[in-house]
Formats: sequence, C-alpha cells, structure tokens
Amino acid sequence: MTLQALDLCCVRGERRLFKGLSLSLTAGQALRVRGANGSGKTSLLRTLAGLAQAESGEVRWQGRAIAACRDVYHAQMIYLGHAAAVKDDLLAWENLVYAARLNGRVLDRSAAEQSLTALGLGRAAQLPARSLSQGQRKRLSLARLHGVEGQAAPLWILDEPFNALDQDAVGALCGALDQHFARGGMLVYTTHTDLALNPSQALELNLDRPALSAPGAPTNAAPTAPTKAAL
Amino acid sequence: MMRAFLGVIRRDLLLALRNRADVLASVFFFIIVAALAPLGLGPEPAMLRTIGPGMLWIAALLASMLALHRLFAQDHADGTLEQLLLSPEPATLLVAGKILAHWLTTGIPLVILSPLLALQFGLPAEQVTILLASLLLGTPILSLIGAIGAALTLGVRGGGVLIALLVLPLYVPILIFGAGATVAPDPQSHLFLLGGLLAAALALAPWATAAALRIASE
Repeated sequence: MTLQALDLCCVRGERRLFKGLSLSLTAGQALRVRGANGSGKTSLLRTLAGLAQAESGEVRWQGRAIAACRDVYHAQMIYLGHAAAVKDDLLAWENLVYAARLNGRVLDRSAAEQSLTALGLGRAAQLPARSLSQGQRKRLSLARLHGVEGQAAPLWILDEPFNALDQDAVGALCGALDQHFARGGMLVYTTHTDLALNPSQALELNLDRPALSAPGAPTNAAPTAPTKAAL
Repeated sequence: MMRAFLGVIRRDLLLALRNRADVLASVFFFIIVAALAPLGLGPEPAMLRTIGPGMLWIAALLASMLALHRLFAQDHADGTLEQLLLSPEPATLLVAGKILAHWLTTGIPLVILSPLLALQFGLPAEQVTILLASLLLGTPILSLIGAIGAALTLGVRGGGVLIALLVLPLYVPILIFGAGATVAPDPQSHLFLLGGLLAAALALAPWATAAALRIASE
C-alpha cells in the first residue's frame, strides 16, 4: 500500500506555495507536514486527498494516479479538514449515520451511539449538533475514525486533528492512531503540538525549509527541488 | 450505490423538515405573487383567465429560483460538500439525490398549491389539469438547471444575483412551453417538449453540477 506524490507544484492565487515536492508513504508510516501558517499545509493535504488539483505533478495511490482510480482511492481514504462536516440541525448520532451512508456504508443507531459513548459523547448523542461545544463538534467529526469506517480506510489525512480537543480526547485520538498504525494504516497530518505517536516510521516534511526529510531516513533532495521529502 | 443516493435524499428531507422556515418562505412567496397579480391588474374575469396560467408559471419560476441558493451553500460552509465529493460513490449520483430532495421540498409544494391558486384566476378545470401537468414536468427542470447555477456561484460574493442572471435566460424555454401548454390548442405537443427538456436536463445537469462543485470546492 503506497501513497506517492510526484513533483507536486501548488499555486494559490498569484503565490507559488511549493514546487517539486515528492513524497512516498507506505504501510504503518506517518507523515507530519510542518510549516508556518500559510505555507501550504492544508493545500498539500487537500491535493493529496484529491480535493484540489495540483498545478503540475501527480498523486498516486498503489501506483495509479488518483484521478484515474477515484472511487477505489476514496473508499480507502478518510480526509478530515478544518470544517467539521457536522450538520447543526441533525442530532449527533444522526450526523454519524448519514456520514457513513454518504460513503455507502451502513451504520445503525446503536453502533453510532456506541462509538460516541466511547469518545465521551454519550450524553451528547441525542443533542442537535448546534448545541455542542467546539471541542465536542471536533470529537464528533473524529468519531468516524473510531468506527468501522476508520478501520476500513488504510489512509487517514487529518488537518489539525488535535485542535480544540481536551487532554482526554487527545489521548483517545492518539490511541486510535496507534491502533491504526498497528493495523498497517498510514497517516498524513498537520499539527502544532508535539505528540508521542508510534508509527513504524515517523516522517516529517517541512514546507518552510528547502530540503527536509524523515529523521533517520535517507535523503536525496536535489538542488532543483526546494522541498523534497524522500522516504 | 443506491444506499448513498437514498441517504442523501433522506438527510436533506430531514434537514428541510427541521428547517421548515426556509421551505415555507418560497411557498409563501409563490402564494403572494400569485395573489397580488389580480389585485394589480384588475378584477376582469376574462383577462384573469387569459393571464392566469402565465402568472402562475412566473410565480412558480421565481419561487423556485428563490430557494436555489440554499441547495449547496450550507453544505459548502460546514464541510459536508467536501465529504460528498470524497465519497467513493459517484458524485453525479449524490448530486442528483440532492437535487431530487430539493425538488421534493420546493417544487412539489408549488405543484400542489397551483390548482388552488388557479381558482383565483377562474381557470376552467381542464386548463387546471394541463397547468398541473406542465408544472409537474417543468419544476424538476427548474431545479436541475438551477442546481448548475447554484454550484457555479458557490462561494461567490453576491451569488444570489448572479444565480438569477445565469439561470433566468435558461429558464426561458421552460416558461414558454410550460405556460404555453395551457393556452395552446394542442397542449400535448408542449408537454412532450417539456418532457424532452426534462430528459435532457436529467442526463446533463447532475453531471455539470458535480463538475462545477469540484471547481468550487478547490
């Protein structure tokens, strides 16, 4: 199972965020994307998820361009961005059920309530999402990772997953991520807090500095490629 | 595949049910426009009978346009649209589900109310039947074409006015054949044409809307 990006170039408006970016990720690995605000972390993650088009270059899943195998790729990938994708007018458990159904999966009410209880949202499950706090909404959107959907998807792309979470929730999420790695799952994420995760290999990509790579991994950043993370 | 399609429809119907004010707004708009026309144009029965079908069609068209901006704006704002585009199910199908749910909540009430409002214009029964049929065929086309406009103007400032500018010219043929059916000596041909337009819109609009949504969510 591999996710590859080849020679990605990303332009937003008049600004070029990065160019010549290549990376490769295999089972059990985690890639942390670092960079200052506005350095293109979210753009990179959205490009990897297939939401945004790269100016040039290509993202590949299992060696095939994701544009050519969109349905396969999206069945195996979960992307959670800044927007929580939570409907204010639906109850918390309804949000989970309909999110699963959108992906063609069945999740019944009791299963949804179970995973909400596991996340400490047991009492909030019957409330409309509009009455949840910011942190609870974030937990609700992360709840997809804990259930069947998370287990079925080997690739998770998470944009600032730890924002607005309290310590318990951070612990629960770290636990879910470690389980994910143990299953051979892959993770691409951004965060501004340092956390102890246990992937088989932790890679880092810094969008601020010309060439960076995984700690302990061989680097072959070419001088023509300002940003390059080699496996 | 059907599961995702039905899931989208059920979710949107549930949201419409919880947000009744939005649905009622376009229904009341329809009623008010149709009710104002006789007041403004005078009470002459012969004239009201002539302009009745046309007035009702214009009112239905404007009311359905009024509801268009709601189609994707909320989903775009809360991130649900991203998840819809990231679904392994074909986006065209999911978009078609959303359009169908939108028609069920805005188009159908207009169709149901139209015979009642037609009484106000003193339309004879057979004309009312034809009006009903033309609205039943025409309002889904309004929703389908409107969805393209709603997707194209997503996230654009002043999108509401822009939708009207984009969509109204495309509504012209529907208005001509829809309103024309009730006064034409041979209403069947008009209804067949509307049916043809509906088939074309069904085939093309969800696909075009999904493409526009991909661009808008970049």
